[in-house]
Amino acid sequence: MATPLTLKELSKKEILLTSGHRMCSGCGAPIIVKMVLLASDYPIVAANATGCLEVSTCISDYTAWKIPWIHNAFENAAATLSGVETMYRSLKKQGKIDKEIKFIAFGGDGGTYDIGLQSLSGAMERGHDMLYVCYDNGAYMNTGIQRSSATPYGADTTTCPAGSVIHGKPQPRKNLTKIMAAHDIPYVAQASPSNWSDLVKKVKKALEIKGPKFMNILSPCNRGWRSRTDDAIMLSRLAVETCYWPLYEIENGVTKVTFKPKEKKPLVDFLKPQGRFKHLFAPENENMLKNFQEMVDKEWGVLLKASGTE
Amino acid sequence: MKLKGWKNVNPGAVCTEAGSALQFKTGSWRAYRPKWIEENCIQCLFCWAYCPDMAVNVKDGKMTGFNYDYCKGCGICALECPGKKGNKAIVMEEEGK
Ligand SMILES: Cc1ncc(C[n+]2csc(CCOP(=O)(O)OP(=O)(O)O)c2C)c(N)n1
Ligand code: SF4
Ligand code: SF4
Ligand code: SF4
Ligand SMILES: [Mg+2]
Repeated sequence: MATPLTLKELSKKEILLTSGHRMCSGCGAPIIVKMVLLASDYPIVAANATGCLEVSTCISDYTAWKIPWIHNAFENAAATLSGVETMYRSLKKQGKIDKEIKFIAFGGDGGTYDIGLQSLSGAMERGHDMLYVCYDNGAYMNTGIQRSSATPYGADTTTCPAGSVIHGKPQPRKNLTKIMAAHDIPYVAQASPSNWSDLVKKVKKALEIKGPKFMNILSPCNRGWRSRTDDAIMLSRLAVETCYWPLYEIENGVTKVTFKPKEKKPLVDFLKPQGRFKHLFAPENENMLKNFQEMVDKEWGVLLKASGTE
Repeated sequence: MKLKGWKNVNPGAVCTEAGSALQFKTGSWRAYRPKWIEENCIQCLFCWAYCPDMAVNVKDGKMTGFNYDYCKGCGICALECPGKKGNKAIVMEEEGK
């Protein structure tokens, strides 16, 4: 019987990521991994791209994982796991294994939007039965907050520093969720740790679907976002309520917004508590705030239209 | 935690003991300590769900306190705790006071 979806029931399950990992205090990534693992009623085999999550959960040879877990390199988590999944199918065919096992790859935004994009695209196109989870903290955090194509417009990073020449990242964020949807895979979704039930339901649904699945999950990073150690959930909630990070899914091509805020909050509510956006509140950068709000409104409008919930 | 030394690390950096990170006690990182005020607790388990360090103890579906061996003192549990009638069931206190 599947576990009913309440925290009380979930809390009776063993969390397959242990304490003792070395992610920063208040990091969003282990919260996401914990929820993803709790969502599964199947044994899981995972691969991890290089990044904070990988580095800090497996400082050789102490591992926080209680499932088979493989790290290969930065750019090839999807390729690595597609190989493992293929081996599993072969062993199953040979009658050497009969267990139903699910495969999940975890990668940061650098490892997913940028350097791992071709290996992810390949694995999805080949149709491997796996779920790829990107924990998107909006920069290469592990190596000191370098910009990635997931870094939001206007954010200060060490490679697009806010100063007199540029005012944080001049370019808007790449919409990876849409790129994955363009692969016409059976399931693509966006989630946030603040909305735990939505996140867990999406993972559960994804694991029941055969074929390639992709989830993009917002992952607060207080070091890179220049915020407090206690605000990971608060900020991810604000990201959802301002529609900076809309919660939606695309199942067999059908788009569905899974959470529509009762009242869409102004984007500044999400930006203000984060030091990486501090300069945007200087009078001379007013136009950037306006541009940013317009980008968010536009994407939200497109989504509502696509899901027929305008 | 005992360090093995490079000569004793498994080839390919294979870890053979699942969850061996438990040997590393991250509680020493803490500058603030969460304190549970049981009478304000409504057992919503948000603290358990949102703790990044699996440091909230739960037994039979009920919150029972913190695991200070690993709690890093981030304060997420305290911020997210709804408490009862506006009174938090978790407050952060400065460590060592
Ligand atoms: C091919 C290669 N280039 C660079 C690195 C160095 N490196 C390790 S982690 C990392 C950043 C990872 O960023 P992201 O994927 O966003 O994960 P995060 O650390 O933010 O969680 C980089 C650049 C590497 N390990 N391999
Ligand atoms: S740098 Fe950011 S993503 Fe990396 S462990 Fe610290 S808080 Fe988490
Ligand atoms: S302070 Fe942070 S690490 Fe400690 S129990 Fe609360 S949420 Fe967990
Ligand atoms: S979040 Fe607060 S009220 Fe809810 S279970 Fe934890 S201590 Fe109790
Ligand atoms: Mg990142």
